[in-house]
Amino acid sequence: MFDFAREILQYPFIFKALVVGIFVSFCCAILGVSLVLKRYSMIGDGLSHVGFSALSIAVVMNWAPLLVSIPVVILAAVLLLRLSEKNKMQGDAAIALISASSLAFGIIFVSLANGINADVFGYMFGSILAINQSDVFLSICISSIVLVLFIMSYNKIFLVTFDENFANATGINVRLYNTLLSILTGIMIVVGMRIMGALLVSSLIVFPTLSSVKMCKYFKSVVINSAIISVLSFVTGLFISYIFSIPAGATIVIINLFAFILYSIFGFIKERV
Amino acid sequence: MILLKFENVTLSYGNTTVIENFSMELSAGDYLCVVGENGSGKSTFLKGLLGLKPPARGKISLVGLEQREIGYLPQKTDIQKNFPASVNEIVLSGCLNECGFLSFYSKRQKNMAIENMDLLGIRDLKNESFKEISGGQQQRVLLARALCAAKKILILDEPCAGLDPVISKKFYKIIKNININKNIAIVMVSHDIRPALSGANAVIHMQQKPIFFKTVEKYRESFSYKRFLGGV
Ligand SMILES: Nc1ncnc2c1ncn2[C@@H]1O[C@H](COP(=O)(O)OP(=O)(O)O)[C@@H](O)[C@H]1O
Ligand SMILES: [Mg+2]
Repeated sequence: MFDFAREILQYPFIFKALVVGIFVSFCCAILGVSLVLKRYSMIGDGLSHVGFSALSIAVVMNWAPLLVSIPVVILAAVLLLRLSEKNKMQGDAAIALISASSLAFGIIFVSLANGINADVFGYMFGSILAINQSDVFLSICISSIVLVLFIMSYNKIFLVTFDENFANATGINVRLYNTLLSILTGIMIVVGMRIMGALLVSSLIVFPTLSSVKMCKYFKSVVINSAIISVLSFVTGLFISYIFSIPAGATIVIINLFAFILYSIFGFIKERV
Repeated sequence: MILLKFENVTLSYGNTTVIENFSMELSAGDYLCVVGENGSGKSTFLKGLLGLKPPARGKISLVGLEQREIGYLPQKTDIQKNFPASVNEIVLSGCLNECGFLSFYSKRQKNMAIENMDLLGIRDLKNESFKEISGGQQQRVLLARALCAAKKILILDEPCAGLDPVISKKFYKIIKNININKNIAIVMVSHDIRPALSGANAVIHMQQKPIFFKTVEKYRESFSYKRFLGGV
């Protein structure tokens, strides 16, 4: 096992993917707890589609991909949040509308410009080969900022997740924390899209929490457990994808699915005994 | 000292008006009881008062009161029952209205949470999961949280729904004690009108046009009261 790990870590691209992936899957998982428990997880999906379009257009236009798409996704995050606050039911539909149309715009723009090239394909389905030095650096910086903000506002995030009405009634700035959460989510999604691909990146947000709530009794344990499941699934998925030469993003999702099934079974048993 | 004021307030959902052109005011130390049939707009009134529901017309203003000095017990139906959280996590979160962006709990706040859990007899449940305790225990957890948050006013939406009569009685006593000893104003929506009125000093009878009674005696003499009791 150790030999194997040492062997594949000699490949710089695997090593980079591993570093970026561990940070990204950790942060996505902790942000996801709040989004899933508030039933805002649609936002993750919507943001990944917006992010994909922004990234592809940036590639075609030869702009710096992350520098263009992060502001776009931040804007989208604020907009999507307003929509889902306004009306829970129609909010969902509105998010689907925005995410599908932005995806459509992106694809048409790219194909008119010069056809779907490898980079754009990579954003859609993920490509660990595409990660370069500055991606590693940037994603570590961004993840650290996300982590620090999350820890600083952890207790308020808990309250806003559990009972928004109470938080509002007692003078907590609910909108600030909701906005913070969705902006951070948007940023993490753009960063994670390199590895997972736009179609699968939102699974980093929902899966770990869905698994954790099957077993965990406390909010804190859900957060910690989600982070652990997420990182373990990522590392396992990456190695397996290397061994069998299959796409990393899809493999990681399948491992997460296994974790979910496992947790569901254990949760079921735990409830009976 | 006046804490808050309703001036010709209308509250509505879309085209349905629930409360029309209602005025009243609440002073420090008041104990206001809100009664009325199901669907008459009691919870809506509280939401207006808390700023959760902006008025369609008129003005609701906090005068000698800041939002962060309010404690609130939502109606049971507004709470996610399957939420993964410990009793301790929930009660402590009542203290957050004192915190800035850096939201860590101080020793004093942790003690306050324990005190309030003691008061409501749920200290043993401290490390239990909210979703695994009984409905009555959940209600007490939420009341303990509200007590942690309340500095000048405590707003309660059907605090005794689903509690057995013995515990309800204790509840009303605790609330009256808080009202007198800590000089915290109470606004309470209640179904069991008789025990609730025993502690109150003002009443709102909810109907299309709510009626505000400055004293419980006046309410007891009123037609609304007699009809309401007759109907129960
Ligand atoms: N979110 C809502 N949207 C639309 N109508 C509502 C909403 N909440 C309450 N209502 C309606 O407003 C009326 C008053 O409700 P509510 O204030 O909850 O009454 P109460 O608390 O006295 O039982 C009811 O007719 C109810 O159907
Ligand atoms: Mg009600």
